[in-house]
Amino acid sequence: MNTPPQKSRPGAEQIPVVVSAIVPLNDLVTRFEFCRPDGQEFPPFSGGAHTVVEMRDHDRTRLNPYSLTSDPSDSSIYAISVRRDEQGRGGSLFMHRSVSVGDAMNITYPVNLFSLDLRAKKHLFLAGGIGITPFMSMIAQLERMTGNWELHYSVRNEALGTYVDQLRYKYPNKVHVYYSDQNQRIGLEQLLDGQSLGTHVYVCGPTGMIDQVHGAAAAAGWPEEHTHSEEFLAPQPGKPFEVRLCKSELTIQVGENESLLEAIERSGVDAPYLCRGGACGQCETDVIRADGEFVHRDHWLDDEQHSSGQKIMPCVSRFLGTLELDR
Amino acid sequence: MSKFQFPDSILSRPVYGTLAPRQGKSHLMIADAEGAEAILDLAARDAGLMSNSHIIYIPKGTDFAPKLGALSVAQLYVGPSYEASLPRLRHVLANAHQGLQVYLAGTEGLIGQAQNEAMRAGISPTSIQTEHRGSVARRMQCVHCKGITEDVMHDPFQCAHCGLHLFVRDHYSRRQAAYQGVCVDAEDPGSAPDPVELYS
Amino acid sequence: MTIQFNEETFRDDYSFHNSARAIKRFPFPFHEDSYMYSVNMEQHRGGPEGSVYENRFDVDEHYLAEMRDRAMVLADDPLRCQSLPHMTLAGWDLLEVIMVSKSEDYPDLFELHRDGDRWRWINKPMGIDDTFTFLDETTLPYGPMEYITRQAQGDFCILDQRDEMLWMDAGMITTQADWSLDFDIGMNFFEWHAPVPLAHELGIFTRALKFLLNIPQGAPARRLNWTMTVNPLLDTSPENYHKWGIQKTSLTPENVGSKQHLRVELQTFFRLPRSNALVFPIRCYLIAFQDLVSMPKWGRRMHRVLRELPDELATYKGFIDNRPMMLDYLSKFDDGQPTSPGVWPDPETEPPLNTEIRNHTDGNSVDHNRSA
Repeated sequence: MNTPPQKSRPGAEQIPVVVSAIVPLNDLVTRFEFCRPDGQEFPPFSGGAHTVVEMRDHDRTRLNPYSLTSDPSDSSIYAISVRRDEQGRGGSLFMHRSVSVGDAMNITYPVNLFSLDLRAKKHLFLAGGIGITPFMSMIAQLERMTGNWELHYSVRNEALGTYVDQLRYKYPNKVHVYYSDQNQRIGLEQLLDGQSLGTHVYVCGPTGMIDQVHGAAAAAGWPEEHTHSEEFLAPQPGKPFEVRLCKSELTIQVGENESLLEAIERSGVDAPYLCRGGACGQCETDVIRADGEFVHRDHWLDDEQHSSGQKIMPCVSRFLGTLELDR
Repeated sequence: MSKFQFPDSILSRPVYGTLAPRQGKSHLMIADAEGAEAILDLAARDAGLMSNSHIIYIPKGTDFAPKLGALSVAQLYVGPSYEASLPRLRHVLANAHQGLQVYLAGTEGLIGQAQNEAMRAGISPTSIQTEHRGSVARRMQCVHCKGITEDVMHDPFQCAHCGLHLFVRDHYSRRQAAYQGVCVDAEDPGSAPDPVELYS
Repeated sequence: MTIQFNEETFRDDYSFHNSARAIKRFPFPFHEDSYMYSVNMEQHRGGPEGSVYENRFDVDEHYLAEMRDRAMVLADDPLRCQSLPHMTLAGWDLLEVIMVSKSEDYPDLFELHRDGDRWRWINKPMGIDDTFTFLDETTLPYGPMEYITRQAQGDFCILDQRDEMLWMDAGMITTQADWSLDFDIGMNFFEWHAPVPLAHELGIFTRALKFLLNIPQGAPARRLNWTMTVNPLLDTSPENYHKWGIQKTSLTPENVGSKQHLRVELQTFFRLPRSNALVFPIRCYLIAFQDLVSMPKWGRRMHRVLRELPDELATYKGFIDNRPMMLDYLSKFDDGQPTSPGVWPDPETEPPLNTEIRNHTDGNSVDHNRSA
C-alpha cells in the first residue's frame, strides 16, 4: 500500500476460451459456445450478465458486448447468441463469417448491468427480437430458485423467433409469443394492469419498445425502480474527427468506422470501460475544450451533462469538429 | 397552518415533502392528527383523486374526521390507534396492485411505521409521498435493549423499557421506523445532562 | 505454513496478544505522517508473502479465539447476524468464495470436495467436517452466510446492488467499530455512512460508491480504515456501549501502552457471481501501543498522525477525551527523525529511537466536549 490508489484496469478481467460449437438458430442469429482450453470451469454468473468478446480482425481489435445466453448454473460452457447486422460496423459479421469451431478467443469475466431485482414478488419479462438474450440466463436462474416469472416475447415472424421453440417447450404456461407479421402486439396497458404489488418489469429490445414500456409503466403509476431496461448501443459510424488527448500529449484521428474509445485504445492509451455500449459509465471522460458539435448517444449522462459540453462517453458518442480530452 | 421546518441534518434522516396528486388507479392515504390537513389540501388540489382513494385516519384527539368524511372517498376508516388499523392496512396492501399510490401525512412515528408496512408489501420507499404535520415528537429505538419509546420530546430521555438515559440521534432506520437512542452517560454513569426539549 | 493458534480472549481478562510475527505483519494504515479521508482503494490481488494482503481471506493466529468470541456474541444477541429474504443467494455466493479461497490458499487447514451440488467442507482448526447440498438451505445448520461467517474472521456486509445504489441487506457483524447491523440493515450506502463527519462534504462517498458499483467479477479491491479501542475488545458494538464505554475511562499514563490499541480494518470488496451483490468483509486487527512502538517508524508516525488529526475525527472515532494521554505516551517514541514513505515498518532500514532528541510537543489543544 505504498502506492497511490490504483485505477481499475480497462475492462473486466479476460478469460481465454476456445469456440466449442457454432449453432445457427435461424437466418439471422447464431449461437456461439465457448469452453476453456485448460478444461477448467467458468466462473458462475448472474442472470442478465454480458461478456465482452475480443475479435482479432486483421490489424484491428474489436470488443463487442453480448449477453450470456447459457444457463448460469452450467459452468462447463458460456454461450452468446449473435444477430448478424449487415449495416453495423462489422463485429457481428466477423463472428458470423470469420469465427470457426476450435478458434482461440478472449472474452471478459461476466459483467451485469441488467440484473434481477431479487426482492421482486414477480418478474415480468418483455423481449423484442434479439432482446431475448439476457432473459435466457435470467429465466434459467429463476427456474433454479423457483422464482415467479412470465415472458412476453415479440418477434418479426415464425422463422425469426430465436429460442421460441425451446422456451415454449420448457415453459408452456409462462411464455407468450407475439408475431408482428400476424399483427400480434404485446398489449402493454392490459398486461401492466392488475399486476400484484411487488412486480418488476424488465424490457430488452429496440429503443422504441423500451421507451414505450417506460412510458406505459409510468402512466400506470409504477415506481421507476420497478421498471428495468437494457439496451446496448452499438457505436455508429460517423464523420472522422480529430482529438487531442491532453494527459497523454497525443493527437489522434477517429476514423469513420471506429468509435472514439477504439481510437483512444488504438493509440496505446488505456481507457477504462465495462460495457462499451453507453450504459455503465466507466469510460466517462472530461472535455477540456470543444470546437464543434457533440453527438451524444449514451444512456449514462443526463440531459444537463450532455448540454454542458463537459463530459463525453467515448464508447458510443462522437464529435463534429475538434475536441480536447482529459485523457 | 404552517409546517415545521426541520433543521438540515445527516443523510439518513428522513426529509418530508408536500403531498401532490399522482397518476395511478388507486390511492391509499394514511394520516394521524393534523396529517388530516395535508389530505384535505391534497383533495383541494385534485378532487378527482378521492373517488379512488382509501383513507386510514387516526385522529389522536383532533376533530378532522368529519371534514375527511365530506370528501366522498371510496373508503374512509377512522380508528382509535395506528396499532388498531394495522390488520386493515396489511390486508389492503396484500391485495393491492402495482400502480397504487401511497400518501402518508402526520407525525414522524406514523409516517415511518406506515412506510415500513408499504415497503414490506413491495413498494419502493422512494415512491411513497410523505408530509409532516403536527407533533415533532420522535419514535426512538434504544440501541441497547431494542425497545421502542414513542413520542419522545426531550434529549436525553429515559428508555421506557430498560431505563437507560439515551441521547437522541438523527440516524434513522426505515426498517425500525425509528431514530436511534444511545446511552448518554456510558463513560461516566450518572452524569446524564438535564433533558432539553427537541428543536428548542 | 502452519499457524500456531493463540489461546486468548477478547473480553474479561483480555489475554489477547500478538506474536512477534503478528506485530511485524500488522496492517499499519498510515502511509505518511498525517491522515485524512480518501478513497484509498487498490486491487486486492495478493501482496508480499506473509503479509495480511497475501491471501483473499487472511487466517492468522487469532482465528480460533475470534471464532469463539463470535459464537459468544451471537449467543447473547442473535440479531448481529441478519439477512433480508432476497439475500439468500448472495449468502451462497459468499459461502462459495470463502470455501474455494480458503481451501486453495490454506490447503493444510481447509478442504473442499465438490461433486456437483454435493459438497464436503473440512475445517481442521475448528474440527468441522460437513457434507451438504449447495443451494439447499435445509442441508446446513444455519443459513449459508451465517454458516460460513461463523468460520471466517472479520465482519461481513453483503450489499445488494440495484438502481445504481448499494444496499446493506445482509451481514454478520460482531467485531464492529460502533455501528449496529440491526439498525442499519436495509439502508443505502449514503444512509449507513450518514453519521460519518467531514467525508460527505469531501465527496468521498460519492466517489467511493461509483468505484464500488463498478467492481467487476474477478477483480476484488481493498482499503484500510482505522480507529482506537481501549482493551483488545472486538465487540465494540453500540448495543453493548453502555457496558464497554466505561472502559475508555480506565486508561492511565501507566497502562496506556498495554491497554490502548490501534484498531485497523482491512476492508475488501468482492463482486459475488450468482447474485451480482457485493460482499464487503471488514477484518479487524488490533495492536497494543507498546507493541506498535516496537517498530520505530510506526511509533514516530502514530504520534504525528494523532497529533494532527482534526477534532471532528477524534470525536467521531471516540478517543477525543483520551487523546492527550495517548499523545503523552507516544511522544516518548517520536524523536523527530523523518520516516520512510509507505506503510511497511522497514525495521532494517529505519533508525532506532534516539532518546536524546525526542519530541515533547503535544500539538493542538484538545477539545474535551463529547457530542452526538
